[in-house]
Amino acid sequence: MFANFVEQFPTVFNALNLGFIQTLKLFFVTLVGAIPLGLVISFGSMSRFKPLSALVKTIVWIVRGSPLMIQILIIYYFPGLMLEKNIWGTGEGGRFIACSAAFIVNYACYFSEIYRGGIQGVPKGQQEAGQVLGLTKSETFFKVTLLQMIKRIVPPMSNEIITLVKDTSLSRIIALQEIIWAGAAFMKSSHGISGEMWPLFFTAVYYLVFNGVLTVLFGRLEKKLDYFKV
Amino acid sequence: MSILEVNNLKKRFGGTPVLKGISFTLEKGEVLSIIGSSGSGKTTLLRCINSLETADSGSITVDGSVIFDGNGKTVLTKEQKRQNQLNVGLVFQQFNLFPQYSVLRNVTLAMEMQAKKKADFKQNKKKILADIDEKAKMYIDRVNLSDRINAFPCELSGGQQQRVAIARALALEPKILFFDEPTSALDPELTAEVLKVIRSLKDTGRTMVIVTHEMGFAQNVSDKVIFMADGVIEEQGTPADVFDNPHSEKTRAFLLKDIG
Repeated sequence: MFANFVEQFPTVFNALNLGFIQTLKLFFVTLVGAIPLGLVISFGSMSRFKPLSALVKTIVWIVRGSPLMIQILIIYYFPGLMLEKNIWGTGEGGRFIACSAAFIVNYACYFSEIYRGGIQGVPKGQQEAGQVLGLTKSETFFKVTLLQMIKRIVPPMSNEIITLVKDTSLSRIIALQEIIWAGAAFMKSSHGISGEMWPLFFTAVYYLVFNGVLTVLFGRLEKKLDYFKV
Repeated sequence: MSILEVNNLKKRFGGTPVLKGISFTLEKGEVLSIIGSSGSGKTTLLRCINSLETADSGSITVDGSVIFDGNGKTVLTKEQKRQNQLNVGLVFQQFNLFPQYSVLRNVTLAMEMQAKKKADFKQNKKKILADIDEKAKMYIDRVNLSDRINAFPCELSGGQQQRVAIARALALEPKILFFDEPTSALDPELTAEVLKVIRSLKDTGRTMVIVTHEMGFAQNVSDKVIFMADGVIEEQGTPADVFDNPHSEKTRAFLLKDIG
C-alpha cells in the first residue's frame, strides 16, 4: 500500500496541481467579479427608489435561497434548452465561463448583504460631518465611509471567501476539471492509475493549505486596520 | 444687513410640528446662545440652517445669499447648496471626527477636496497642499493641540476630540460657526477646555451660534440669548434680559429648574 503511494505520488501530484490551478482560476475570477458587483447590488438594495430595491431584494432572496449547485446547472444548461444553442462555448472553456457566471452572481449577492451591513453600520454622523464640511456624496463615500466599512466587513468577508475556496468544488457538477474532479478521476482511471481513493482524500490538503494562507492574510489585514476604532 | 436672517421657519416630523415659525436675526461678530429644554426644537433649528434637515417653509439667508427658501422663489441646485453649506460650519455634540485619519488629516481633508475642484490645482499642487497644511496647523494650534497633530481620534480625550472638530470646522472659514450642544457628551473638566476655546474664538470676533445647556457660559459669552420652548422662540434678548429679567413664565420656570 505504502509502496503504491510512493510510486503513484508524482503522477497524482501533477494531475492534482493542474486541477488546483483550475480551482484557483475560478476562485480569483469569482472574487474579481463579485467584489465590485456586490457593491452595485448593495446600493440597489438600499435604493430609495422602492421598485428597484424590491427587485434587487427579490434577486438576492432567490440567489441566496437556492443551492449554488442548482444555479450552476441552470446557468449552464438552461440557455441551451431554451435557445437550442450553447451560449457558453464548448468544452472546458465553456464550462469555466458558465461556472464563473454562476459563482460571481451567487457570491455578489452574499457580499452585497455584508456590504450593506458595513455601510449601514457606519454612524450617520460621519456622513453628516462630510456634508457640513462641503464634501460631495461620492467624496464622503470614498474618503470617509469606505475605509470604515472595509474595517467592519473584513471578518465576515474572510468567512465568505474561505467558504468560496471550498465551494469551487461544486463546479464538478458540470464536470469542470477542478481539483476534486482530478482527484476523483483516479478512482476510475486516470494517467494509468485506477481504483485509488487516496488522491481524492489528498485534495483536502490543498484546501487546508490555501485556506491557511488566506487566514494569515486576513489576520494581517485586520491588524493593519487596527490603528483606528469605529 | 444681518449676517443671518431666519424668517418664519417651520418644520414637522411626520405629524408633529417641531419648529412652529422661528424668526430671528444675528449680526456679524455676535455670539448667540440658544437655550431651552430637550425637544424644544433647538437642534432641529441648527440642522435646518446647516442643511442636514430641510425645513417645510420659511427662509434662511446667510450674508445676503438665500440658502433656503421654502416658498420656492429661489431654487438652488445641488452644487449651489453645497457651496452655501461652506458659509456655515457645524460642530456636533458627538464630534463626528473621521476615525481613520490623524488630527491633521481630519482638518485638511475638506480643504483639499475644495482645492482639487479648482482649475489651477494640478499646476500648483505642491504649493496648494503646503498652504493647506500650514493653515490646518494654525487652526490646530488655535485649539491648543499642536502636540497631538499626528494622533488618531481614538487616542484623544473627548475634550480634545471636540477641539479638533472645532479646528476642522474653522479651517473652512465659515461666516457663522454653529455648535450643537458641544459639551453635552463631555465630563465637567473636559467641558471647561472646550468652553475656553469657544470663548477665545469670541475674542477674535467670530460669529457663532451655540445651542447649549451650560447656562453660566451662555450668560457669560453671549451677546444675545434665545430661549426656545415647544418649537417657538419664547423669549429673546441680551443675557441680562433673558437671565435676570425674564418676561415669560416658561423662561422663568426653565431657569429655576436649572438652578434647581
